[in-house]
Amino acid sequence: MRPEPGGCCCRRTVRANGCVANGEVRNGYVRSSAAAAAAAAAGQIHHVTQNGGLYKRPFNEAFEETPMLVAVLTYVGYGVLTLFGYLRDFLRYWRIEKCHHATEREEQKDFVSLYQDFENFYTRNLYMRIRDNWNRPICSVPGARVDIMERQSHDYNWSFKYTGNIIKGVINMGSYNYLGFARNTGSCQEAAAKVLEEYGAGVCSTRQEIGNLDKHEELEELVARFLGVEAAMAYGMGFATNSMNIPALVGKGCLILSDELNHASLVLGARLSGATIRIFKHNIGTEFHCVGQTGLELPTSVDPPALASQSAGITDMQSLEKLLKDAIVYGQPRTRRPWKKILILVEGIYSMEGSIVRLPEVIALKKKYKAYLYLDEAHSIGALGPTGRGVVEYFGLDPEDVDVMMGTFTKSFGASGGYIGGKKELIDYLRTHSHSAVYATSLSPPVVEQIITSMKCIMGQDGTSLGKECVQQLAENTRYFRRRLKEMGFIIYGNEDSPVVPLMLYMPAKIGAFGREMLKRNIGVVVVGFPATPIIESRARFCLSAAHTKEILDTALKEIDEVGDLLQLKYSRHRLVPLLDRPFDETTYEETED
Amino acid sequence: MATATEQWVLVEMVQALYEAPAYHLILEGILILWIIRLLFSKTYKLQERSDLTVKEKEELIEEWQPEPLVPPVPKDHPALNYNIVSGPPSHKTVVNGKECINFASFNFLGLLDNPRVKYNSCTSIKAAALASLKKYGVGTCGPRGFYGTFDVHLDLEDRLAKFMKTEEAIIYSYGFATIASAIPAYSKRGDIVFVDRAACFAIQKGLQASRSDIKLFKHNDMADLERLLKEQEIEDQKNPRKARVTRRFIVVEGLYMNTGTICPLPELVKLKYKYKARIFLEESLSFGVLGEHGRGVTEHYGINIDDIDLISANMENALASIGGFCCGRSFVIDHQRLSGQGYCFSASLPPLLAAAAIEALNIMEENPGIFAVLKEKCGQIHKALQGISGLKVVGESLSPAFHLQLEESTGSREQDVRLLQEIVDQCMNRSIALTQARYLEKEEKCLPPPSIRVVVTVEQTEEELERAASTIKEVAQAVLL
Repeated sequence: MRPEPGGCCCRRTVRANGCVANGEVRNGYVRSSAAAAAAAAAGQIHHVTQNGGLYKRPFNEAFEETPMLVAVLTYVGYGVLTLFGYLRDFLRYWRIEKCHHATEREEQKDFVSLYQDFENFYTRNLYMRIRDNWNRPICSVPGARVDIMERQSHDYNWSFKYTGNIIKGVINMGSYNYLGFARNTGSCQEAAAKVLEEYGAGVCSTRQEIGNLDKHEELEELVARFLGVEAAMAYGMGFATNSMNIPALVGKGCLILSDELNHASLVLGARLSGATIRIFKHNIGTEFHCVGQTGLELPTSVDPPALASQSAGITDMQSLEKLLKDAIVYGQPRTRRPWKKILILVEGIYSMEGSIVRLPEVIALKKKYKAYLYLDEAHSIGALGPTGRGVVEYFGLDPEDVDVMMGTFTKSFGASGGYIGGKKELIDYLRTHSHSAVYATSLSPPVVEQIITSMKCIMGQDGTSLGKECVQQLAENTRYFRRRLKEMGFIIYGNEDSPVVPLMLYMPAKIGAFGREMLKRNIGVVVVGFPATPIIESRARFCLSAAHTKEILDTALKEIDEVGDLLQLKYSRHRLVPLLDRPFDETTYEETED
Repeated sequence: MATATEQWVLVEMVQALYEAPAYHLILEGILILWIIRLLFSKTYKLQERSDLTVKEKEELIEEWQPEPLVPPVPKDHPALNYNIVSGPPSHKTVVNGKECINFASFNFLGLLDNPRVKYNSCTSIKAAALASLKKYGVGTCGPRGFYGTFDVHLDLEDRLAKFMKTEEAIIYSYGFATIASAIPAYSKRGDIVFVDRAACFAIQKGLQASRSDIKLFKHNDMADLERLLKEQEIEDQKNPRKARVTRRFIVVEGLYMNTGTICPLPELVKLKYKYKARIFLEESLSFGVLGEHGRGVTEHYGINIDDIDLISANMENALASIGGFCCGRSFVIDHQRLSGQGYCFSASLPPLLAAAAIEALNIMEENPGIFAVLKEKCGQIHKALQGISGLKVVGESLSPAFHLQLEESTGSREQDVRLLQEIVDQCMNRSIALTQARYLEKEEKCLPPPSIRVVVTVEQTEEELERAASTIKEVAQAVLL
């Protein structure tokens, strides 16, 4: 750690689709980087004292720009697919090609069609070609290695037949098993089994009626302690935790500021609440960011082009702050009444980008503008921070500063469900007004027990250091895996500490090819394309786990390398020098300064 | 040459000036002067508004005080302090430290706690769940798309489809999310949904998420529904182009959670074909209850299940597990695998809960007699509860969950709730566990009157049913008179 006056550790290149907005003028205005750099120098003096040291740790996040040629080829790829889609639709229409999809009942042919034809064009003609890469059924614990049921399709993925064979020991790079608690042996399983025998599987009632078990109370008390908040409440489904509680917090006359890449559950919750929703650009920092952060450390390797373009973003007052300012100054549209309250919705780790929320800046903004902050830690709880307490601990912040701490038990805890933590008043209110508490069946007791045991393990309350080791192992695996992939020349999105690792594939044909080639090599990966990502940014996503051993990771990396060469996926133009153990010295620093 | 032409034009212009009438010249002169005046006069301001200065903005920001995130909850809020159930919430359960007979959990078939080898089935539900737990662990660590599909899920979907005699079934990991995700998967902005006023909260949320036009009809009133459908038909004739792309849905419940009444399905099916609207049927309460084999309200009425476009139910009541499912024709159901939000974006159901549901289906299939037993018991307590002064029974006699409402409201909902709570508390003291039906009063579209919900299960013996009825009677008399 050393004072670092001008440099910036937040490496984010300006992405092709996300031009850096200048809040002073209006969104969409792009400044030349020279002008911005000058402004940066001017703005620095102003902010250096008040905002210095927002970050207590290096924050290295990169989204390398899509190479122009790749972008063009990707569009061409989609163009060809669309053309063929129309051709085949034409053939299907004239019954030249056999139709495989299910059809409407004869009796209901004269009803208004249930689907718009257009809606299904993509599914029918693009998704169907590579459908075998999703919903692969497994028949074992979703641990570091997993058994996959082999399936075949004789009609081009319209239907699957199970061959009865099982592909054993596939390396699992897809499950959100961050801390490796997805296990069928050990203390968690034993405890869950005991509770299952005692309580049964279901509950058959809601929390407010007669489904509030002593186990639930125990869990909530533990979750509150784990998070370092006054109280907490647990719900049966992570998705529903968002979609059924946001409407309890905000309503008409309130404003929701939502990150553009927020999960569907947050979007649904926001929509159901009836509040006005405004979207801000994903994770581009605020005016606070990067400016003279004294407590920062320069990344071990900085690519000059990235640094240059990132400096363009420095003083541009960013999306979120502008939205906040405008919201308070101008009030509600038409009526011009002031907003009742403003709620900012962000996630800890974004599951498709692998980025970590710039929480220190968001909290600074939230405090400055008296907004409330709703933090969804679905992927970050357990997976970030020295003791697994999530993104708040990762940045060394106070959980008190986050008004609503939300997260799920599905991922790091190997269970299911979600929670909300916060002040006692908040939880009291949710206990009386949460949709889940009133209308939805409460958490299954064995699932509750799994959460309790795994959480205690992370907290070290089981008398072992197992949990702590898992958290450390995950952090190590993450850094190692990300670094190696970058060295190989892949474009990897996101933060270097994020266990979600997106590897860019771009072209639609490569989505299917990558997924299949990897499975051939006994590695299960997740590939995603439109609509989960922007149309040209198809990607493969690896989720690291503490259960992955170095050997497993090395095998996976070797195969990824091979497939990467085969499919020509190594797009990156900022190759890292594979020498990261090299100690940081003055000269590197001086060089990268320019 | 060019100059010659120009000159000629000039001459013509001068000539025209001579020939023009005087009034014309005066008018044009005035106009020219007017233009000059406009050009040189001070810029006219459209609005007297100037943009806020930075300082003013800062002041406004300084001034703004948001409402608190949540309003304070009064300490005596009726829903703040939950009952605490220690141990399994099964037939005999310990509520707030007192052992009671459970008349509150939706454990209709008693499948929740089934330690013995019952009903001739070789394994109990717990054993099946336990075996699954030992094989798969607890969580699935992923949504269905990303290695969260287990063989157990496929089995369960298969079994549910077979049980319901439909082409396909799809499972969700949360009962509430099932219908709430299914509706917006099909019904979009601009579509029209006809829905019963008494529809449960999950349906209301699904409709809200769909952003469709919602037309409420009076509870179980087919004439009212037909009136709305007719109105729509007339509307459609006016604008046939729009009508060709406007989907119409009728959303009803099999047994209504809020009223305990059964929907008139045969009439609904008739209306469906007459007005070409699709039927979505929510069967959380009727699945595993009505019909000879527990297939729900379609079996009860003997209606071809293909006439219903989509059936949804949760596995949290009769099946005593967690989660929900939708079933119907593949043409309809398969669409949810990409469009059902609660399906795509949520972690899948823990395998042990899926295994429990499979085992519950096994028991139901092997013991079709239990549905008749349940029906009989429902009838018994229904009868026994008639004629309590001050309380009326609301709901069908074949419904295992029905309501006791105040015959006459005191005029304030709060007071009503307090009275009913008093009855519930006193029954609890006398070892009968009951609960009020809870609602979010401000959120419900049509808030049902406060009520005590009585739930019948096959495990309750005749004696216990009698005892419950007499206890309620006595307590009600003491509290209400």
